[in-house]
Amino acid sequence: MTGIIWTIAVLAGLGLLLALLLFVLARKFRVEEDPRIDEVEKVMPGANCGGCGFAGCRAFADSAVKAPNLDNHYCPVGGNDVMKQVAAILGFEVKEKAPEVAVVRCNGTCANRPRTNTYDGVQSCKVKAALYAGDTACAFGCLGCGDCAAACQFGALSMDPETGLPVVDESKCTACGACVKACPKAIIELRPKGPRGMKVYVSCVNKDKGPVAKKACAAACIGCGICAKTCTHDAIVVENNIAYIDASKCKLCRECEAMCPTGSIIGLNFPKPLDKETIKARIAERNKKAKEAANA
Amino acid sequence: MRKLTFSIGGVHPDDAKLSKDCTIEALPLPQTVYVSVAQHLGAPAVPTVAVGDKVKVGQVIAEPGGFISAFVHSPVSGTVKSIAPRADLAGKPVAHIEIAVEGDEWAEGIDLSDTLVTEIPTDKAATLEKIKQCGIVGLGGATFPTHVKLNPAPGSKAECLIINGAECEPYLTSDYRIMLERTKEIIVGAAIMQQVLGGCRCVIGIEENKPEAIKAMREALAQLPYDNIKVQPLKKRYPQGGEKQLIDAVMKRQVGSGGLPISVGAVVQNAATSLAVYEAVQKNKPLITNVLTVTGDCLPVEKQHNYLFRIGVPLSFIAEYAGGVPEGAAKIISGGPMMGRAISNMEATTVKGSSSILYLSEAATKRGPESNCIRCGRCADACPMGLEPFLLRRLTLAGDLEGLEANAMQDCIECGCCLYSCPAGIPLLDLLRQSKNQVLGAIRARAAAAKAAAEAAKKE
Repeated sequence: MTGIIWTIAVLAGLGLLLALLLFVLARKFRVEEDPRIDEVEKVMPGANCGGCGFAGCRAFADSAVKAPNLDNHYCPVGGNDVMKQVAAILGFEVKEKAPEVAVVRCNGTCANRPRTNTYDGVQSCKVKAALYAGDTACAFGCLGCGDCAAACQFGALSMDPETGLPVVDESKCTACGACVKACPKAIIELRPKGPRGMKVYVSCVNKDKGPVAKKACAAACIGCGICAKTCTHDAIVVENNIAYIDASKCKLCRECEAMCPTGSIIGLNFPKPLDKETIKARIAERNKKAKEAANA
Repeated sequence: MRKLTFSIGGVHPDDAKLSKDCTIEALPLPQTVYVSVAQHLGAPAVPTVAVGDKVKVGQVIAEPGGFISAFVHSPVSGTVKSIAPRADLAGKPVAHIEIAVEGDEWAEGIDLSDTLVTEIPTDKAATLEKIKQCGIVGLGGATFPTHVKLNPAPGSKAECLIINGAECEPYLTSDYRIMLERTKEIIVGAAIMQQVLGGCRCVIGIEENKPEAIKAMREALAQLPYDNIKVQPLKKRYPQGGEKQLIDAVMKRQVGSGGLPISVGAVVQNAATSLAVYEAVQKNKPLITNVLTVTGDCLPVEKQHNYLFRIGVPLSFIAEYAGGVPEGAAKIISGGPMMGRAISNMEATTVKGSSSILYLSEAATKRGPESNCIRCGRCADACPMGLEPFLLRRLTLAGDLEGLEANAMQDCIECGCCLYSCPAGIPLLDLLRQSKNQVLGAIRARAAAAKAAAEAAKKE
């Protein structure tokens, strides 16, 4: 009987002693941390995707608390809502950003872009890009191994087996930019989401001269510049045989899309299908009037 | 004589030297050649001709674009039609000089006779300059500019010049043919390099599966007045012709991680490079021709060839002249089956280092289904650099660059022994080549940053 009592007494004494030791040490070596870091972290989405440029949500919170303003901090996943809450906690003014979404700038489907050889190496775009230009005559387009889809943590990207190209599910895309980094060909771009998701972009990155690009892919931008001439908003520049639409200037009139000879300009999420003939007639009418005005 | 070999790793693929009895034939000239400006390791050359210029054979058309770079000469006489990007072997755009062939008029000062000149010039600097001016690069595969290699940094001394006649890649026979047909020229070339390096000893390493070449070399050596050159038979084992493996085999010395052969007193030059050095120094002929093997397991023996080609001739022209792409060819490779690269674009042109057009049947190239790594360790046994490919693969998949560097990923010579020996069909080489480039990039970036920091510190 005494044995049990002794055991209990010794263990209880030991426990008390160690607890006291821990208490003292914790007091003495306490790490002072800004309590706001926890608060900020709580409102973050917690995806730890790295889309903000920091290692994760906690690293973002830590940096945001120390920053003089929020100019260099933006959580693409949480968007403006989360940033408003973060700003409220830290007492900063929030700069709202237009929400963005990933777009795939290649339309080199199996039908548009004939295969010139067969690749039997590792199914990874990174490895394939390091080896050679790809299994079509276009050295710029999508390699189709799906590194981008594998990089997406939100399930927003998938490879379409029919076209061999990645497809973006805009409802799931958070514009974290992981796919942009994963693509060795720099095809994927983050573009402003646009009103009701509507946007017009050039779905090609081929910098080859027109005839070469056209031969490689039926849907290639040939750098003809018709779109830039048509655009009345000065939103299109043609450089290195490739057109680029500045989303901040684009008014979504779809004139460039109607005039593009190869169909490399694509409009997304418009309620109505493109009425090429009406738009072309409108442009012709406008050009005629301009000519008359110039003559007069 | 005892046959030597390297100490660790290696595999024994069937050597399949099907075209070894085909004498070297001169390839006719096409109507147009496309000369790449990036035919060597290092910075691309800068074109010195303009569109419309008339050029002669052997005239300089591009000059070095940096310290590690080389001159490029016109392989034909004719008119420059364009200087524009064109898809290379891998389909990537590289600047090419397009020349329309008109006649065959050589530039002045080039000796086209067959007479053997055995007298070696004594002015080392002039010889080195000649080698540089003639655009000689290593023809063993890496195309490293020869004049840089023959001019070791001050403080390092070459003790042994090794002429690489191993040709350990299966199928290839171009080096074998020149060793038989241009034996004396190769030896004179070796003697020239020996003299430039300050009179070190010279060893010509040849694999035992080429007894005729060993015999021919020995007979030629007996007739020539050079001493301190000997022929060393080597065991047949891949990759015997790798620079570091050859040094290990011949000198029993190992080059340290990241080190150059000169750190152990070795300089390795390919037999074809030796021939090019002979032609440059003794005949004033720049590097505008090389020998290429057209072979493959699905090519009948009568259609196998060894061609003396002018650099810049499109591959499609050679294939057409040799009788077209054979039936049953599943893969066309430039280089050997172990280290060569699949040709995705037959319109690409030949470069200084082109060694073959290899047609392989589906049976020879088809990759088996990939299954899980069973940790048998065969890849580590086969690796001639002592690396652990299974571990490097895991680090690659995890994206651990630091781990890759710590496990010497940068020392990989891309010989393909790991892939060849893997029973699970894992494409090890594909993955490792990619991560090797990444690691090398990181090392280079670090070196550049350190250099910039040192310079900034100096300024202060």
